[in-house]
Amino acid sequence: MARIIAGVGSSHVPAIGAALDNGKTEEPYWKRVFSGFEKSKQWMANTKPDVAIVVYNDHASAFSVEMIPTFALGCAAEFPPADEGWGPRPVPTLKGHPALAAHIAQSVILDEFDLTIVNKMEVDHGLTVPMNLLFGTPKEWPCQVIPLAVNVVMYPPPTGHRCYMLGKAIRKAVESYPEDLKVVIFGTGGLSHQISGPRAGLINSKWDKGFLDNLTKDPKKLTRIPHIDYMREAGAEGIEMVMWLIMRGALDDKVDEVYRFYTVPASNTAVGHIILENRHKAASKDKRAHAAKSRQAAARKAAHRIASKGR
Amino acid sequence: MARAQHDYDDIPGTFVFDAERSRQGYGINMFCMSLMKDENRKAFKANEAEYLKRFNLTPAQTDAILKRDYNRMLELGGNIYFTAKLGATDGHSFQHLAALMTGSSQQEYAAMMLAGGRSVEGNRTRSGKSKPGNSKSKSKSSAKRK
Repeated sequence: MARIIAGVGSSHVPAIGAALDNGKTEEPYWKRVFSGFEKSKQWMANTKPDVAIVVYNDHASAFSVEMIPTFALGCAAEFPPADEGWGPRPVPTLKGHPALAAHIAQSVILDEFDLTIVNKMEVDHGLTVPMNLLFGTPKEWPCQVIPLAVNVVMYPPPTGHRCYMLGKAIRKAVESYPEDLKVVIFGTGGLSHQISGPRAGLINSKWDKGFLDNLTKDPKKLTRIPHIDYMREAGAEGIEMVMWLIMRGALDDKVDEVYRFYTVPASNTAVGHIILENRHKAASKDKRAHAAKSRQAAARKAAHRIASKGR
Repeated sequence: MARAQHDYDDIPGTFVFDAERSRQGYGINMFCMSLMKDENRKAFKANEAEYLKRFNLTPAQTDAILKRDYNRMLELGGNIYFTAKLGATDGHSFQHLAALMTGSSQQEYAAMMLAGGRSVEGNRTRSGKSKPGNSKSKSKSSAKRK
């Protein structure tokens, strides 16, 4: 069966993409940002997921104000990079996993999460920047990708609790998919930032640290944060952090934080990054072996009973 | 109809793009969206006021766009991810727009960001009623004080 083995949280600042595309990664300002993802790329290369579910938001690229879906699941076979006004980013087209995506859609809709199904979609920096940060700049992406676009542009976005519960429903869906697939789920956006109005430039590192701490230790506490607190404390656009709770909801209650990185600023934003691993990813095989053993033992007992009765 | 009051209107220097502003600012945002196409950028640049007639804009919205009053655009229903496309059409970087909205020079703004950004202290509330710990949510204060 398919299994979610880990979650990745990462900011998706557009200027990071621009720095990559314009060869600025060695400049001290950007080196500070990119060096924080060196270990992560190594981790990803070792982890070798088959599929990445990437929770992100569109920034007036695929969706304008004509349609504003709260949750939109990408079920297409491929997702080209969007033209955000400077031509599409020079990154490979992302290959989808339509079969798993359709399975997830069916499962979570029956679990009462009314997703929008998207069969044609271009993806912007919200998705491609975290892909670069974790996979580098390969000619082809090494895994298939299922985009999940969340409205965090128009207020109100879904609540943190709703996001967390959707994560749980996605996990259930993935685990009921018969093919053996290693799945990593991304939560992207944030951390604290405000890019609009006279209060633009707001950063709240204390809040960000508390958020990352609780993401690992006590995510349920985060699910109770009301929108007003995100906006007041972490900036009007900091509210996109709710997307990280979808990722967290899809993981075990207890996880291992294997890596964290935080730096201020990238352009106007605090950059946050975390990698959380499920603990039982190796244990699952043991568990299955154990279950098989006890089934065999029960069968032997039953056989014995039948045999005794027959005597 | 006057705009309904919301708890988030108390956040200083912030225009939350809510459903009401989304409705009100549809014309602004669709105008900005049109600037994704080069031919439209050219048409706009050739005669701004004339081009704006293609969209359903109030005189105040038209005025804000022509004056590049970005805060006013937000107040009248523009969204930053959309209005940034107007900034790009003018050849401005995002930090230029951010500096403009905050009333500082781009240099000052960039220096503030490098020094860790704008502090939340003193920037939480207009009314002074919503201080940390005074808020409805307790989870926030404890998360914050960690």
